[in-house]
Amino acid sequence: MAAEAGKQFDPVRQFDIHKMVDIQVGKYDISFTNSSFMMVVAVAAICLFLFLSTTKKSLIPGRFQSLAEISYEFVANMVRSTAGRDGLQFFPFVYAIFMFILFANIFGLIPFFFTTTSHIIVTFALAMMVMVTVLIVGFWKNGFGFLKLFNPSGVPLILKILLVTPLEIISFISRPLSHSIRLWANMLAGHIMLKLFASFGIAMAVGLSGIFKIGAIAPAIMTIALTPLEILVAFLQAYVFAILTSVYLNDALNPGH
Amino acid sequence: MNGLSIIMAAGDGGAGQAKAFAPLDFSTFPSQLFWLFLSFGILLFLLSKVLLPRLGGILEERSNRIADDLDSAARMQREAEQAGKAYEQSLSDARAKAHNVAETTRASVNAELEAELLVADEQTAKQTAQAEAKIQATRAAAMANVDEIAAETALALTQHLYPKKVSITAVRKAIKALG
Repeated sequence: MAAEAGKQFDPVRQFDIHKMVDIQVGKYDISFTNSSFMMVVAVAAICLFLFLSTTKKSLIPGRFQSLAEISYEFVANMVRSTAGRDGLQFFPFVYAIFMFILFANIFGLIPFFFTTTSHIIVTFALAMMVMVTVLIVGFWKNGFGFLKLFNPSGVPLILKILLVTPLEIISFISRPLSHSIRLWANMLAGHIMLKLFASFGIAMAVGLSGIFKIGAIAPAIMTIALTPLEILVAFLQAYVFAILTSVYLNDALNPGH
Repeated sequence: MNGLSIIMAAGDGGAGQAKAFAPLDFSTFPSQLFWLFLSFGILLFLLSKVLLPRLGGILEERSNRIADDLDSAARMQREAEQAGKAYEQSLSDARAKAHNVAETTRASVNAELEAELLVADEQTAKQTAQAEAKIQATRAAAMANVDEIAAETALALTQHLYPKKVSITAVRKAIKALG
């Protein structure tokens, strides 16, 4: 009985993946799971939001159209200021990444909802998408000039060979790792903390007797305090992921700088 | 069941299960990757083909409209300025014209006045000259009369004082010789 209760309150069980529809293709298991479900929900929500808010096409925007326009201009300004006017051709990509991560993060904060971005494979795949895009665009636009990225101007040759170029190469290769782990770890840690404090409060309220039940207030307050912080983190991580994507795209477009 | 056992169980809940830490469970990776690429691909497609052009179109239309409105406002202001300038121009023209009219009227009136004055002066001078001539004539006549009177007086006196007959012609001669 204790083990069953423990499963209920274990802070990492919320990351478990459950199959909803079993699908096998060859030797690969591509079942539709709660994770897939939340991805589809996020995509559907984004599309519905953007579609419904722009049906009226009013000159003076309503509440939702205003929100959609703000998200558009927010990301467009981000791309323009970091990657320049050329970078705007990647605006849909950056916008998709920003909205997908934002919606996944925010939906994940709703109790009993699964957080797609709390799985390293998802964030790593997103980061690799960015990396592959950067590599393709970089070599396609600049040819071998893209390697100038590792050869910054204005550095003495000895220093360049010994220190700067190896460091640039290492930092470039570690980009997808840092890019994905930053988002994943933030989501994971935030959800573990929330779950921990919330379940601790419930356990104290249920388990302790009499006057000691009052003690459950402390973890409850902590949970309430953490929730807005997690909402902030959810937005901030989506923003950081998107702005780093535009910074990397800027490297691909203008490797000399 | 007491609270302590629940909390303890929560602490080592993972250890009791055979399942690994879910985010590092490789068996779920193909499914997650497949659905991620599928859903993200659909999202990217819809965004770049439908939704973002739609939203961008609304924004562009608005900025165009604002630019148009600003343009027409600037044009109207220019027109208003031109109208103001034209009004100023016509006002100053009218003022100059009025000034001109006043000036010419004054000049013509002055000329007329002077001409009339000249005529009046001439007339006065003529009349004065006539009057003077008349006076002169009168005076000459008077002077002639004075001579006659003097001659007659002198004749009368000499007739009383002098026994000899004296003719008037001799008296006149004498007065003339005196004169």
